[in-house]
Amino acid sequence: MTETDGNGTMDGTIAAAEQMSSGSEALLRALKAQGVEVIFGYPGGAVLPIYDAIFQQNAIRHILVRHEQAAVHAAEGYARSTGKVGVVLVTSGPGATNAVTGLVDALMDSIPIVCLCGQVPTHLIGNDAFQEADTTGITRPATKHNYLVKRSEDLVRVVHEAFYVARAGRPGPVVIDLPKDILIAPAPYREPGEAEHRSYRPRTQPDPRRIKEAVALLKRARRPIIYAGGGVINAGPEASRLLTQFARMTGFPLTATLMGLGAFPASDPLFLGMLGMHGTYESNLAMHGCDVMLNIGARFDDRVTGRLNAFSPGSKKIHVDIDPANINKSVAVDVAIVGDAAAVLRALIAAWREDSTPPPREALAQWWERIGLWREKKALRYEQPAAPGSVIKPQYAIERLYQATQGRETYVTTEVGQHQMWAAQYFKFEQPNHWMTSGGLGTMGYGLPAAMGVQVAHPQALVVDIAGEASTLMNIQEMSTLAQYRLPVKVFILNNHYMGMVRQWQELLHGGRYSHSYSEALPDFVKLAESFHAVGLRARTVDELDGVIAEMLAVDKPVIADICVDETENVFPMIPSGAAHNEMLLGPGQDSPGRPGVTDEGMALV
Amino acid sequence: MAEPALRSATVSVLVENESGVLARVIGLFSGRGYNIDSLTVAPVERDGSKSRITVVTRGTPMVIEQIKAQLDRLVPVYKVLDLSEGPHLARELALIKVIGAGEKRAEALRLAEAFRARVIDATTESFTFELTGATDKLDAFLDLMRPLGLAEVARTGVAAIARGMKTIY
Ligand SMILES: Cc1ncc(C[n+]2csc(CCOP(=O)(O)OP(=O)(O)O)c2C)c(N)n1
Ligand SMILES: [Mg+2]
Repeated sequence: MTETDGNGTMDGTIAAAEQMSSGSEALLRALKAQGVEVIFGYPGGAVLPIYDAIFQQNAIRHILVRHEQAAVHAAEGYARSTGKVGVVLVTSGPGATNAVTGLVDALMDSIPIVCLCGQVPTHLIGNDAFQEADTTGITRPATKHNYLVKRSEDLVRVVHEAFYVARAGRPGPVVIDLPKDILIAPAPYREPGEAEHRSYRPRTQPDPRRIKEAVALLKRARRPIIYAGGGVINAGPEASRLLTQFARMTGFPLTATLMGLGAFPASDPLFLGMLGMHGTYESNLAMHGCDVMLNIGARFDDRVTGRLNAFSPGSKKIHVDIDPANINKSVAVDVAIVGDAAAVLRALIAAWREDSTPPPREALAQWWERIGLWREKKALRYEQPAAPGSVIKPQYAIERLYQATQGRETYVTTEVGQHQMWAAQYFKFEQPNHWMTSGGLGTMGYGLPAAMGVQVAHPQALVVDIAGEASTLMNIQEMSTLAQYRLPVKVFILNNHYMGMVRQWQELLHGGRYSHSYSEALPDFVKLAESFHAVGLRARTVDELDGVIAEMLAVDKPVIADICVDETENVFPMIPSGAAHNEMLLGPGQDSPGRPGVTDEGMALV
Repeated sequence: MAEPALRSATVSVLVENESGVLARVIGLFSGRGYNIDSLTVAPVERDGSKSRITVVTRGTPMVIEQIKAQLDRLVPVYKVLDLSEGPHLARELALIKVIGAGEKRAEALRLAEAFRARVIDATTESFTFELTGATDKLDAFLDLMRPLGLAEVARTGVAAIARGMKTIY
């Protein structure tokens, strides 16, 4: 260690004192060394020295957002679509507090973010100074880790460390609180080092004994299922490739969580679709009836498990997760494998080849037969009246959008609500990193700024935010950012004039009392688009839909497409809160398998 | 479904001695609804770079495992050791003020001797005892002092270490 405080880990040489530049310049140099190409930010008094340093360089691009929450979501979109760390810059006080929702969103969905926050000068901390907030206190439970830099000599080390922490193990957001005097005073620079972090060294390589145990179970499985989550995406494209290889070599059915969509090609016959509250009939029944479950990179979230004591009651469970705290948290498992999804899959593939036990082929064939029967139910079907003038079904709008985007590199983000679930059900993802949605936190207002971040990272690609009219209004100001940077994001609004997901719960669980869920006094989205220098389009009826989609995809500008859809449509299948997987509610005209179990206990769940 | 029985666990956590680390640990317990029966913290390395936190907590075996895993994933945590999984020593120190006169005062002193509590301050009408021991020994002594004029208690919480050659490092 080279430092007297004993805190040095990321070993590197401290530049000679006479070369010391200001804290802000050292900060930018460190960001550049970390490979940062773009920062999403918003200025203010406490970060003016950083903005001054940004002004005097060209290596790092700064995208000026219109709200700090949007800066974090944009960085999330950037991070999820590239696999890199997203970087945010906000000022002290309100700048930092506005960023909090984005930080928690990134925490819940394990997205690597480094968020730089301005802070009042060190000598004023604790004095209720102008625009002072206890940012490290507020963001402690909102981040994977956070830092307050109190000494210039710690600045660059902390920046390098923050990037390591953000991406190592289970990724997440990291805040660095930067007092203004630290940004102005000279600060020593050092390159990022190779040395390990002092205390944080997450395990990535699996225990070979656990791999053996897992394969022994999988080889004997008569009714297996692979349940893949966002961890596979976070582990990088190689993990998705290995997952595909493993599923194909075993011939096992595979289902994915909302966060895991794209980890496995949706067009593959082994794919059963998404599982969980609005998952497919076949996925949920296969989860319920399986005898061996391989969970890879998912966390037995309550949207997935339904009622815990009825969750996949007869199965042996193998759980692969990079975060040991996810294992045995809500569901007790038989084999726990801690490690990076790619490393584990590589080991599983090798061990599967080594173990000469012949799998019970006949049982497996019977299992697929059963799954085939469930599939035949076609629980995702809906009726779209074809006559001109008919109202557009939201599911149909997404299917048409999906078909129109074939052959183009397409990234999809969503807001939160029914449209999000329909997007997950009807848009098919063949590759990882092309689908970004707010899963864990369910943040309305995520999709538009996230799409912005994706478009910044992939200027040539098609980026669509599948939106609801209510969610879109939560970060609509970002239309202005789209205009400024000529980011041709397409906002595809399934406008049902309702907070549809709220309306659906009120219809099914609260006696149809639609308390405050009607989107009253909506703006004219076409005019709204125009006032933001974008193109506004509207489809009122089914015959207008394809034309609007085609036009939306043809223009090289940001677009808001206001798609007027059936206001009363609900998302099915649905496992009501507190019900089991075999107690799914199906759409109109379809028999539900069990008694729809809406219990008093379930009513208290979200 | 019957809830599994609760167990008490004494967990030692070796942490980087940086600002906010105690807040992280306490925030973890309050944020996730875990119990804290006692908590102690102090630097344990000569250069002051590491601190040791000892938490006594209660929960179902699954929750205790969760607590340990959650502690372990905090960035400044080096090591988490569940001492209650093996033979270990746990000690607490209490300063106990008893105010009274006459026979009660004499009785307090006699009991203090039996418990090997030291008198560290005395006036004609009060004693302050210093007592070290396992938590239940301290509890027992305090129960005895209550009718004898127990006026005030300061306790440190538990410090614990494994028996034999085993260390946290
Ligand atoms: C910030 C935030 N506030 C409240 C909610 C609760 N909520 C979930 S879905 C929803 C309605 C969304 O309406 P809309 O965007 O129109 O989508 P739809 O369900 O109609 O497709 C609400 C209010 C939320 N998820 N996020
Ligand atoms: Mg709506």
